[in-house]
Amino acid sequence: MLPTLLFSLNLEFNFFRMIKKTTVYLNNPSPSVDQVGIIDRIDRITSRSIKDETKLQGLKLALNMVDLTTLEGADTENKVRQLCNKAQHLHDAYPGLPTVAAVCVYPNFVKTAKQCLQGSGINVASVATAFPSGQSSLEVKLLDVKIATDAGAEEIDMVISRGKFHEGEYNFVFDEIATIKEACGKSRLKVILETGELGSFDKVRKASDIAIEAGADFIKTSTGKISPAATLPVTLVMLEAIKDHYYRTGIQVGMKPAGGISNSKLALQYLLLVKETLGKDWLTNQWFRFGASSLANDLLMQIVKQQTGVYQSKDYFSKD
Amino acid sequence: MTKKTIKINFDTGWDLAPAPESTSHIQLNEQYELFIGGKWVKPSSGKYFPTINPATEEKIAMVAEANEKDVDKAVKAARKAYTEVWSKMPASERAKYIYRIARLIQEKAREFAVIESMDGGKPIRESRDVDVPLAAAHFFYYAGWADKLDYAFPNRKPQSLGVAGQITPWNFPLLMAAWKIAPALATGNTVVLKPAETTSLTALKLAEIIQEAGLPDGVVNIITGAGETGAAIVNHNDIDKIAFTGSTGVGKIIQNAVAGTNKKVTLELGGKAANIIFEDAVLDQAVEGIINGIYFNQGHVCCAGSRLFVEESVYDIVLRKLKDRMESLIVGNPLDKNTDIGAINSKEQLTTINNYLKIGKSEGAEMYQSNCVVPKKGYWCKPTLFTNVSQSNRIVQEEIFGPVLAIQTFRTVAEVIEKANNTPFGLSAGVWTDKGSKLFNLSSQLKAGIIWGNTFNKFDPTSPFGGYKESGFGREGGLHGLKPYLKF
Repeated sequence: MLPTLLFSLNLEFNFFRMIKKTTVYLNNPSPSVDQVGIIDRIDRITSRSIKDETKLQGLKLALNMVDLTTLEGADTENKVRQLCNKAQHLHDAYPGLPTVAAVCVYPNFVKTAKQCLQGSGINVASVATAFPSGQSSLEVKLLDVKIATDAGAEEIDMVISRGKFHEGEYNFVFDEIATIKEACGKSRLKVILETGELGSFDKVRKASDIAIEAGADFIKTSTGKISPAATLPVTLVMLEAIKDHYYRTGIQVGMKPAGGISNSKLALQYLLLVKETLGKDWLTNQWFRFGASSLANDLLMQIVKQQTGVYQSKDYFSKD
Repeated sequence: MTKKTIKINFDTGWDLAPAPESTSHIQLNEQYELFIGGKWVKPSSGKYFPTINPATEEKIAMVAEANEKDVDKAVKAARKAYTEVWSKMPASERAKYIYRIARLIQEKAREFAVIESMDGGKPIRESRDVDVPLAAAHFFYYAGWADKLDYAFPNRKPQSLGVAGQITPWNFPLLMAAWKIAPALATGNTVVLKPAETTSLTALKLAEIIQEAGLPDGVVNIITGAGETGAAIVNHNDIDKIAFTGSTGVGKIIQNAVAGTNKKVTLELGGKAANIIFEDAVLDQAVEGIINGIYFNQGHVCCAGSRLFVEESVYDIVLRKLKDRMESLIVGNPLDKNTDIGAINSKEQLTTINNYLKIGKSEGAEMYQSNCVVPKKGYWCKPTLFTNVSQSNRIVQEEIFGPVLAIQTFRTVAEVIEKANNTPFGLSAGVWTDKGSKLFNLSSQLKAGIIWGNTFNKFDPTSPFGGYKESGFGREGGLHGLKPYLKF
């Protein structure tokens, strides 16, 4: 009975906060987005050439921003342990490499990951709120979050209720995020919009604004379970939302493209997009992350190539 | 407690390393002759002038200076080719030659792009992605029309004119040559073309392609020189048609010169385009459009969006977004693939621009330039905008032809239409709004030949281009672009 009581207390406590925040959101309706213009802008980014020292610096920065992820039905404790080991020893043959930012797992593996990563400075992130579909009740979602945070997850990756969003129940979506943010306590909240299910840039912008105003510490493109996942144009739309909010409030919100970013060139283009849109303050893993599993190895291969001048076989890099 | 000003810090410490396009693959002569009658001939004056790389101030090559005698030679060669070969050739055969030129441009696209950037100072990104592909596209497009003129103008029996004298400007050297030559050839005319004296090289490379394509001798003649050479073309008695792109001043001289003659004329002259942003516009992409509108090709664009009108309610936001975007523009070596804004085309043009910057400041306008670093050698101008300007300022009224934007605000649709039309020019305009009805209302009331809706500086061979008022007359591109080269 205790958890139920806590929830209801929490909800009532949130109620006043929500009213205030909903008003803020309504006062700043989302601007629309022009698809042609967004794509033109991205063409400028992808036609840039990133090489030499800039490339090496960028690759290391990207590596430091990776949330090493495993979100499979087949995940086991051993698999998670292996991944955590990889996170700490990316490629020991090359000294001086940064670590990844976090390891991202399901709530039931948080404890294992936490144990493995103790003292490493690498965060444990956990997906929650009936990931990936989000099709469940608030109670279940809150419990999901509680299990993850109780086990020690420093970061929570939640999904928004896309169905409600499409129904135009924006207040429902807003309130849900605000409630979960409250339940996260000290853990940082990443809000997954699942842009592949939203259908237009206008809706991505609207969902971004709702998530930001409701208290997201990060907004994130995708679960990785739906195609298309992260794209450069979608990320630009979300970065613009973050930027407008920053100018309005002075509060920084982070960005995490996730899914589909498997090679270094693309990762560097993301970084360039951040550089030219949000500047220095976002070029750190405090405010920008890549949700990916195979990206880390490609970054490693490229970093080693920059040093040795030749590509090595993929078999020289551990697959976990 | 003072309120902390919120600012984005673009000084990231992660700057792009130089990525220069290689120049090892290009072939340039030390000296270029005149291309007359299918052959390279020395100028009768024996004079040559240097063509300069505006980014390094170094000489690239020497170019022949054509005088009246040479012009006469070129016109005679063109006339001979017209009467003996080109006008008798079946149209479908003509088309084959034009297709061949298009394909050869594509084959040598990289070489053309590099030379265009070296000679004119434009960033390789633009010469590679805009100038050269569009030039090829124009030849492809007009090749298709060559044997379909009777369908383009049904029951009107279109006939070619004869010899066309064509004079092109220095801002898009190859592209403008394509705009002129392709429709002239497709309609069965022969050509004497003079590129601008500061940027002759790609037109001369085009002459090499024309030779390679095996065009009959004299169908296209390319002669180089400055204003006097142009005047000799305009005043030549055996020319049937003059096509000129350049300044309004010279356009007026040409119109005077051809008055009372049988010559047909098209003039594509200056502009001072209004780019209009409403509060319901998609602001982030509108800002991208403004940037592209004024800083494309260093602002050396006749249709550049050099006057910006912002609805008062969003002025602060637009200005902020504009300044932020300007910070990520890279100014420098035109051959670097990351360069957004290259070198000013010539010393002379840089002086003109700097003079306008002075005028703007003395008129009381506030000047803002981005915090970029420009190279020491060469001709450069940082992206610039002026605020606190009004219709009576010279920087609002006159064409600067540089990366300089003058910003005004407006309150109502009627007001902005009046201000936008209050200029002797009328080449282009841009309207940014999320409301289709507003867009159509404005596009029917703005006096400009080209109006872009929620975009700017987009070109396509199928779309006609040309001006109102002192921006000239006649259209180039599209079906309309055939007409000035035909009689009915």
